Amino acid sequence: MHKGLSRAATFPYSLSMFDTRLSLRTLRESIANRSVSCREIAEFFLARIEKHNAAINAIVAIDPEIAIESAKAIDRRLAQGESLPALAGLPISVKDILCTRQGTTTCGSKMLAKYQSPFDAHLVSRLYESGAVLMGKTNLDEFAMGGSTENSIFGPSRNPWDVARTCGGSSGGSAAAVAAGLSPASIGTDTGGSIRQPAAFCGVCGIKPTYGRVSRYGLIAYGSSLDVAGAFAHTVEDLALVLASIAGHDPRDSTSLPDPVPNYAEAIHQTPKNLRIGVVREHLEDEGLDSELRDALTATIETYKRLGASIVDVSLPHSKYCIPTYYIIAPCEASSNLSRYDGAHYGFRAEPAPNTTGTSPLESMYENTRSQGFGAEVRRRILLGTYALSAGYYDAYYLKALKVRRLIRKDYDAAFEKVDVLLGPTTPRPAFKLGEKINDPVQLYLEDLFTVGANLAGIPALSMPIGHTRAGLPLGMQLQAPPLRESTLLAAGHWYQQQTSYIPSIPPAFAAS
Amino acid sequence: MSDSASTNSPLAYRIVIGLEVHVQLKTETKLFCRCSTRFGQSPNTQVCPVCLGLPGSLPVLNRHAIELAARAGEALHCELAPFTKWDRKNYFYPDLPKGYQTSQFDLPICVGGYLDIPIRVPSDNAADAATLSENMVKRIRLVRAHLEEDAGKSMHDERAGRADTRIDLNRAGTPLLEIVSEPDLSSAEEAKDYLTEMRLIMVYLGISDGNMQEGSLRADANVNLHIERDGKTIPTPIVEVKNLNSFRAVERAIDYEVERQYREFLRTGLAMGQSPKQTRGWDDVLGQTDLQREKEEAADYRYFPCPDLVPVQLTEQQREAAKHESQFTPDRYRNVLLHTHALKETDAEILIQQGRDVVEYFLEMVRSGATPKRASAWMLQDVLRHLNDQRVPIDRYPIAAPKLAELLVAIEQGKLDTSQAKQALAKILDAPSIGVAAAIDSLGIVRVDVSEMEALCKELLAENPDVIDKVKAGNTKAVAALVGQAKKKNRNADPRVLQEICLKMIASM
Repeated sequence: MHKGLSRAATFPYSLSMFDTRLSLRTLRESIANRSVSCREIAEFFLARIEKHNAAINAIVAIDPEIAIESAKAIDRRLAQGESLPALAGLPISVKDILCTRQGTTTCGSKMLAKYQSPFDAHLVSRLYESGAVLMGKTNLDEFAMGGSTENSIFGPSRNPWDVARTCGGSSGGSAAAVAAGLSPASIGTDTGGSIRQPAAFCGVCGIKPTYGRVSRYGLIAYGSSLDVAGAFAHTVEDLALVLASIAGHDPRDSTSLPDPVPNYAEAIHQTPKNLRIGVVREHLEDEGLDSELRDALTATIETYKRLGASIVDVSLPHSKYCIPTYYIIAPCEASSNLSRYDGAHYGFRAEPAPNTTGTSPLESMYENTRSQGFGAEVRRRILLGTYALSAGYYDAYYLKALKVRRLIRKDYDAAFEKVDVLLGPTTPRPAFKLGEKINDPVQLYLEDLFTVGANLAGIPALSMPIGHTRAGLPLGMQLQAPPLRESTLLAAGHWYQQQTSYIPSIPPAFAAS
Repeated sequence: MSDSASTNSPLAYRIVIGLEVHVQLKTETKLFCRCSTRFGQSPNTQVCPVCLGLPGSLPVLNRHAIELAARAGEALHCELAPFTKWDRKNYFYPDLPKGYQTSQFDLPICVGGYLDIPIRVPSDNAADAATLSENMVKRIRLVRAHLEEDAGKSMHDERAGRADTRIDLNRAGTPLLEIVSEPDLSSAEEAKDYLTEMRLIMVYLGISDGNMQEGSLRADANVNLHIERDGKTIPTPIVEVKNLNSFRAVERAIDYEVERQYREFLRTGLAMGQSPKQTRGWDDVLGQTDLQREKEEAADYRYFPCPDLVPVQLTEQQREAAKHESQFTPDRYRNVLLHTHALKETDAEILIQQGRDVVEYFLEMVRSGATPKRASAWMLQDVLRHLNDQRVPIDRYPIAAPKLAELLVAIEQGKLDTSQAKQALAKILDAPSIGVAAAIDSLGIVRVDVSEMEALCKELLAENPDVIDKVKAGNTKAVAALVGQAKKKNRNADPRVLQEICLKMIASM
């Protein structure tokens, strides 16, 4: 028997509801005071994945041996008296759209089902440098296109709070893995809400940083001007820890920001004085907003007020154009970004039709490869984008969308002259049932109502839990801040969690270790 | 009726040509990654995730390409855009690994400009768009010049009945400057002249190595005819001829296309707009153009700004540098050779065509004291022959310009004559380390002293009274007849000194 596994049984923690020691911060403290080894932590989470992943299908690839080996390597370094890097020995899972040299990088697509990247994404290298133990690739909507993690060759991921419901998407696997206690933290990507919406659905914290704050090198592109990688964790404090490790300039990404990275871990402890919180009335009074969610938001606003924050009504007049703008820009970029998957160089290739009339064998190969290699949602967005960029339509769609995008950014600029952060719902409703919207793309697109604005404007935003519905589904709120003000965002979130003595909870079905 | 007229007597027409020239920039690395641009390496050995278009890779601009493009823009009198950006040109082809080419669509780095070419035929057509300048050059206007990345190369492998295509992506991502002219060219020769001068400028300014065999300069030509019939001018459909990889190909393809379009017009009578714009490929072996596609099938490239790259703004420093570097055009050197050094136009042009280093070598010889006339003669007869025979560039010529100049100055000073100098040159080429003086000494040339020379001259004049008469009659050149005889009497006699003394003696007679 593997020596490590025998120790796993003696891991001193058991999980009931949520064990605060599952947070990165407490794990880190345990490693620092030698009460637990990195290997033991790795084995503990591997055992949990073994036991619970099948129920939610959050993690789609994992190599336990490599995970244990890298945990042991950190143990050795610590034994030699090396100082503890920020994420030393902490298990982190990564969305399967981020390139890793180890294992496959599939994007949840048949097109890349066996694709092995020859390089690590910038942020993956940064995680390694910080001593993190990479533990699993997480499920996603194919090429990050979707909001339910149902568009995946691996099948849907499920919400740990109700396995009949979606965990959200596209970074659904990451959110579900953290929520179920399979990973204390996870890396996702957010193009139109793909971190924040699943975080809200799964009752965890998720941050989408400022566009360009985290390098996109190795993040397989969907909508290049919108894509950004961020983190999931149980607490805002943990988000700060992960973000500090992955943020920063990368010369390989021309859109990466050169600004120095603030010390987020310190910044969150600075209690925001005279915090001005903007509330978008249109959003709070949106008739599509779930009433329990509205109540929870109102209560949260009251809490902030009680803590001394001032609440200011603000307006984002162009926010009603966010969805149409997003669903022009993202598919346009996607239609071009995904052109490279043509069967000629790597990935899936279909045979040309045996008898082609009017098309060459090459064209037939392209058609078959792209028809069979991409799922329905990806094909839909490629078609949308191709159409919108076509001669004669460009000005009416893409160019117009770019103009509206600037107006949306101006709305935010104006709002942030009056307030430090914006507070509102992350999603209109709590998690919906699997299969409920998969055949109604427009309904699914409308789920992004409150999240896409931050992507279009490039600003940072986070989602954090503010309670549960009577049926036990998590409810989330979104905080948004001006560009590069992640510190403000994290401080505002942390302040709330501190003042409300927030204790994250693990769904009962996943509590047993 | 017009049909019968047209078939009976040839119709007058004017040829209208616009050229798109793709210049491969002389950068060490590719436009958006750090892979080498070296030519002729094993397939797919100069590639990385970026130029392979692997998922997750991102482009990073090579700033040097911008600087070279700006230099070209200055040399071609273009307007340099204060702000330029990158666009994606989307189409599927196996040698295009990303499924789009990163290019510049609506904000190219260079706008407008012109290139002057020598006038071949005086323009007899007032409607000619091209204008004449007083220097007897024809000004070819430019539309624009933009930067883009090259595609890879498809190699069709049909061995053993297979129809495989193999892709070499070494070239993918190499920086190209595409220079688009207005349709101001009106003959195949003009097109060739334009391309020749364009290449020369690019090579002089270090923008490109201009190596046409390696594809560093490629042209596409847009050709049509304006045919006169029944008092009307009828333009024929425009044809884009691709794959023109040599000066000769440009000339031949255009000549062929002119002929073909004329015949086609006689046959079909179709004018521009009545038949689709064609793209035809030049087949250099068969000497013909073949239809590649007609515009109806042409792709819609769905250009849009590349979200992975940031717009480029040239700094003041970069502009200044481009302006400075762009001064050293072939035309500037032409002026120096023709006007400062009074070389014959044909001689000057030979030097100019050899490249800037050769011209600089010549100029250095002159600066070192050689007369321009003698320096140019020696360049054309000796130096260039050596370079040709040895197939080496001027920087590998064994004798530095000041040293060769020293030899020519020795001739000037009468230390040796031309044929002796050639012998000295041969000795130096054999053993480049020996000095000019040592080489002359080794020829065994003995200086004849003045009294000896005077005695010799007296003797010669006494024997040749007719020479005295001729010189007195004003024909001073007649003394040259004495040189041969003098050499027989004393092989070391310096012909120039001899002639001088004889003339002096005759004058005092």
